[in-house]
Amino acid sequence: MALTHTDVEHIAHLARLELTAVEKEMYRQQLTAVLDYANLLNELALDGIPPTAHAIPQYNVLRDDVIEPSLPLEDALYNAPRQQNQQFLIQSVLA
Amino acid sequence: MTNPTTYYEPIIGLEIHAELMTNSKMFCGCKVVDSAEAPPNTAVCPVCLGMPGMLPVINRQAVEYALRVALALNCTIQHHNIFARKNYFYPDLPKAYQISQYELPLGVNGWLEIELEDGSSKRIGVRRVHMEEDTGKLTHLEGGGSLVDYNRSGVPLLEIVSEPDIHSGEEARAYGLKIRQILRYLGVNSGDMEKGVLRVEPNISIRPVGSTAFGTRTELKNLNSFKALAEGTAYEIARQAEILNRGGQVVQETRGWHDARRITFSQRSKEEAEDYRYFPEPDLPPLAISDEWIATVRASLPELPDAKVARYQADYGLSAYDARVLTEERAVAAWFETAVAAAPTHAAKTVANWVINNLFALMNEKKQGIEQIQVTPAGLVELIGLVENRTINHNTAKEVLAEMFATGQSAPAIVQASGLAQVSDEAAITAVIANVLAANPDSVTAYLGGKEKLLGFFIGQVMRELHGKGDPAVVNRLLSQTLAARRQA
Repeated sequence: MALTHTDVEHIAHLARLELTAVEKEMYRQQLTAVLDYANLLNELALDGIPPTAHAIPQYNVLRDDVIEPSLPLEDALYNAPRQQNQQFLIQSVLA
Repeated sequence: MTNPTTYYEPIIGLEIHAELMTNSKMFCGCKVVDSAEAPPNTAVCPVCLGMPGMLPVINRQAVEYALRVALALNCTIQHHNIFARKNYFYPDLPKAYQISQYELPLGVNGWLEIELEDGSSKRIGVRRVHMEEDTGKLTHLEGGGSLVDYNRSGVPLLEIVSEPDIHSGEEARAYGLKIRQILRYLGVNSGDMEKGVLRVEPNISIRPVGSTAFGTRTELKNLNSFKALAEGTAYEIARQAEILNRGGQVVQETRGWHDARRITFSQRSKEEAEDYRYFPEPDLPPLAISDEWIATVRASLPELPDAKVARYQADYGLSAYDARVLTEERAVAAWFETAVAAAPTHAAKTVANWVINNLFALMNEKKQGIEQIQVTPAGLVELIGLVENRTINHNTAKEVLAEMFATGQSAPAIVQASGLAQVSDEAAITAVIANVLAANPDSVTAYLGGKEKLLGFFIGQVMRELHGKGDPAVVNRLLSQTLAARRQA
């Protein structure tokens, strides 16, 4: 299943990537190969087999509704490139 | 703008997001705090900050709350639940994905009844009820840049999606109010839209009447009240109709409601479902909901508003309107039912009248909720008892209730302390009547000459002399007798 340039551009936009024309063609070929490989599964007879949502047959790992200590503010903001008023300061998201 | 309903049929579906009132967050032990008041980023941890290596674990209470809602909305509960990652880039999500449910939501195919202003009711389908997590809160700075507070990130969130069965702003409002009422009855959400713990977002499209294809829809956000929901929806219907009428095309997008200007405005073009690249959350094993678990939760559900309304009509003889007013809030209904239980069986209607006509007026005037008032259900019943045994008359009883409301004293104590007990002593009343008639000879002559309307005037004068405490029935009877005697004389 060959991807088009438009497909690649759409995926790049969703990932917020800016690609050169050369990169677009390279990823078009690579992603097509990935999809073709995944497509091998379609050759198997999978009728009646429920989709696997989780690799380990395990259910209902639940916790009680108990409050546990949160991070000290200093640690919470430690990785923030910039901060202001105890908050993460980021570049404007409203274009 | 032209009237859209002439040519177009609005098709509206509502997405409602409700935070669940758990102690801790959906997938971590951070406290659920009021994000409007708590200092920013003080209820966060590696899980809700999306730090590498963190492992989310599902909050059992959040699942129970979600189950309550799904059952109350008559949904079929799916036994096999999985969580999914919904991927998108926006800084309110530190993980770059939201943990949600997609293909296998908790509840499907539900419904609820809404009541319309003309008194009729309508069934609206509930397509799905699913669990997810809330996002952080962004504050956009005027000079550019945004601040992010992650206190709200990871708070348990329920998404309730209706079928597109709604056809007007008014129906949208009625549906939203009913969902809110049920959430509050279930004790899972405060219903406070201004605080954002309950958010209602309509998807709106219109199509020519008679057409079966759906038009292009817009999604409306920022609705901070039910009034805004009704108005914003009506505005959007009219806006789309105007576009179509001049041959234009509606753009699929998210629009915001501008509360001050009362208009909608374009916010962003909406990504399609496939753009979210949903896939099963590998960090969370599936959730199996057993029949036993469902049965336990179902048994724990309180009596819901519709059932209460039906019972009040059948058992207490109330009108549908009165029953709805009394069941609007669960706490009010509980107060009323406690009073009815303490009253004689025939008195339920009387209790209802006192609550609706007098107690609510006092509560509105003093801006007090039923939890705050000093009048107890037994106290009201005691007051009604004093009217029934004719210790006080109805007008005096209203004053006594106001006093009970203000001071918390019991009705008998107030009646005794203020000498409000009704005067039924016939000799005393007869004496007052004689005085009143003697003081108004012209009126007596006019009455005897045929102006019988003056009876009301005499009653008023007698009651005034008795400081409003006369037993109306006795006053009426004795006055009529006295006047009749004069006529024969």
